[in-house]
Amino acid sequence: METFLQQVVSGLAAGGIYAAFALALVMTYLATNAVNFAQGEMAMFSTFVASALIESGMPYWAAFFVTLAIAFLGGVAIERAILRPLERAPVLALTIVTIGLLTIFNSMAGWIFGYTIRTFPSPFPPSPVRLGGIVVSRHSLGSLGVTLALLALLYVFFRYTHLGLAMRAAARYPVGSRLVGIRVGWMLALGWGLAAAIGAVAGILIAPVLFLEPNMMGGILIYAFAAATLGGFTSPVGAVIGGFLVGIIENLAGTYIRFIGADLKLTVALGIIVLVLIFKPSGLFGQPHAQQL
Amino acid sequence: MDAPRIEWVTTDRRPAASVQIWKAAAAVGLVALACALPFLSSDYALFQYCQVYSYAIALLGLNVLTGYNGQISLGHGAFYAVGGYTTAILMERAGVAYGWTLPISGVLCFVVGFLFGLPALRIAGTYLALATFALALSVPQILKHFDSWTGGTQGMVVAKPEAPRLLHLNSDQWLYFLTFAILLLLMILAWNLLRGRIGRAIVAIRDNPVASQAMGVHNALYKSLCFGLSASYTGIAGSLAALSVGFVSPDSFTALLSITLLVGVVVGGLASISGAILGAIFVQFMPSAAHELSKAAPWAIYGASLILCMYVMPGGAAGLLQRLWQRAARRLR
Amino acid sequence: MSDLLEIVGLEAFYGRTKALHGLDLAVREGGITALLGANGAGKSTLLRAVCGMVSLRGEIRFGGRSIAGKSTEVIARQGVAHVPEGRATFASMTVEENLRLGAHPRKDRSKLGDDFERVYAVFPALAQRRRQAAGTLSGGEQQMLAVARALLLPPRLLLLDEPSLGVAPRVVTEIFQVVKQINQQEGVSVLLVEQNARRAFELAESAYVLETGRVVASGPSAMLQQDDSIRRAYLGY
Repeated sequence: METFLQQVVSGLAAGGIYAAFALALVMTYLATNAVNFAQGEMAMFSTFVASALIESGMPYWAAFFVTLAIAFLGGVAIERAILRPLERAPVLALTIVTIGLLTIFNSMAGWIFGYTIRTFPSPFPPSPVRLGGIVVSRHSLGSLGVTLALLALLYVFFRYTHLGLAMRAAARYPVGSRLVGIRVGWMLALGWGLAAAIGAVAGILIAPVLFLEPNMMGGILIYAFAAATLGGFTSPVGAVIGGFLVGIIENLAGTYIRFIGADLKLTVALGIIVLVLIFKPSGLFGQPHAQQL
Repeated sequence: MDAPRIEWVTTDRRPAASVQIWKAAAAVGLVALACALPFLSSDYALFQYCQVYSYAIALLGLNVLTGYNGQISLGHGAFYAVGGYTTAILMERAGVAYGWTLPISGVLCFVVGFLFGLPALRIAGTYLALATFALALSVPQILKHFDSWTGGTQGMVVAKPEAPRLLHLNSDQWLYFLTFAILLLLMILAWNLLRGRIGRAIVAIRDNPVASQAMGVHNALYKSLCFGLSASYTGIAGSLAALSVGFVSPDSFTALLSITLLVGVVVGGLASISGAILGAIFVQFMPSAAHELSKAAPWAIYGASLILCMYVMPGGAAGLLQRLWQRAARRLR
Repeated sequence: MSDLLEIVGLEAFYGRTKALHGLDLAVREGGITALLGANGAGKSTLLRAVCGMVSLRGEIRFGGRSIAGKSTEVIARQGVAHVPEGRATFASMTVEENLRLGAHPRKDRSKLGDDFERVYAVFPALAQRRRQAAGTLSGGEQQMLAVARALLLPPRLLLLDEPSLGVAPRVVTEIFQVVKQINQQEGVSVLLVEQNARRAFELAESAYVLETGRVVASGPSAMLQQDDSIRRAYLGY
């Protein structure tokens, strides 16, 4: 029983990170109706920037927020410069462009920062917390806290501020929004900026665990995709819940289904994605997408 | 305010007769050149050309699915892997002659592709890209897991085929001709398929699935068949590549391979048969050239080419050539 | 009285199809002008062209400044409020959120509360449903919402596309009364597209009659109403 609870808790801990990532994916999807395949590499690149800032002497939290700002601006710039000309192109074109961005960010990180693996500091003390017989690292708890705080902030922003309202309208009703004078293009760019910043947070939270190197996000990406798919690409809350569920499912499947063991965990994520897309494509919390004729 | 219009190359644009004659002449010339190459090039160069032909076959396959049928796949590396490992396993563990592994690989991949195409019927667009990308990401792990079959992380050696004694060729030359012949055969097969009724149905499904269904096209069947055909081409390509390289290992089949195939199809030309060869040349030779600049350059260039192609050349190199041909043909009349 | 909206030689295109063939039209400052004609005459296309929603050639001047070729949101920010056919309300958002978004471009938000109250006063049905999702409103209520939202811009020119379509006659009367009120009290100019010519003449003092993308008749309402041939040929009665 203890093993079960421990696995659930560990799953939640890992899930917290998938959740942060899935949140970034959902944000870009809401803004531009495209899955940003480059989200992981952008997050990794931002984390390298943070690492460089910290190594140059900046205190952790200062570097954290400066990196967020840089990531935000970067996201806005990418949407305006690279995606905007393709506003009316088919989804296939946008998808291909995000894949192009994936490889560009990956190679630029390698070129600028090198391929050697680095450590990345955690702002939380290293000693683990013991609840009963269950062990959880403070970093995991802290990451969970940050993710939930982020979700709460986003919720407040989108529900209670005028800018959040305008962004929601721009994403869902671009034509009507233009008629009331909303600069839809800039709203989408802001959405990308936000997503990039969230991705940076996810990267900064994951780096202490996975160690920082250009190919760091390779393994995580599929879990984040599974989380966003499970929760629903149109629901930020769904993304977070999806993240936790994926973390738990992955851990439990790895522990209890011997066939899967430690090796085939990625296949679990693949399985989740395929099953959800076949049976409930809008995910647990997402809104069904009507096909435009 | 107006975004640039992206016009996808379709099969129903018929060039003028003079253009077609020049094209045929050029094709014959190229085939002749290709046949002469083995006697003029080093073994290493032949190996590279073999890789180009293998990629071209894989790109043909991916193009049928993505370019003509509109189902985006970021997971074709998986079929390349199935082909390569099928050949390796049949040869090393079951003692099957290399020649037989090719059709077996083709049929097996067709079935796997068709089966994958079934759930894919319910998934479209970006979500299909996502699901196939997830497949691509899982492949190395799956290959490492079933190590009693696949040799695990170490991979498997594939014996290099010997040329039949009648022809006085070395292995590399023989493999070159074999791969080239299969490429020509598969190209002609694809070309024939695509310009007929089936081809039109496939493109109709891409352009307007509701209308095509209303016109009596059995969408589900055609889409799954496309997946199967596409997978079988890519599988055969994987088998040929395995024979040429002499080795398969899980790390040769990462998600990056699937991205490479996508780059090849986009740069070469979506919905174009000649584009497969152009794309394959780009994908084989660009990285070694770019590597001179820096270790990171090849992937940066891949990414940049994908993006540039979406803006400037949605028809890829093949689309560009098509336009140049027509301009030249007009001047020659 | 100068013209708030001047259109000269307007051609509009859907892809390669030409929908408007060199139209000339003007809306007097503070006036209400109707656009009449059968289905497919190009009335909605004209409104869309004014808002930069279709490709066009020709001149469009608003308040003396050219707006041809500008983007929809820029034109809206200059004070052109367009209530399109189909209303384009934000269905999943509440009535209140819709109205809030209507006032989006305002730099000075101090009078927003007062303006909200005024809108609720003239459309009491909206006041009752202010926290309801717009998509759950009846056809007439959605039309009221669309007009109310447009009024919050605040508009100098109000473009109304078929406001009576799918709306109960009583509600149409209510909406028309509101439009007349803001026209008289605040000098908001109105360009009204209507298939129901009789209703249009209740409101508009001048009108243009369109057929297949061309103006075939224009002038003061009284004159058009008295011309039997025009009435029978184009206005359906």
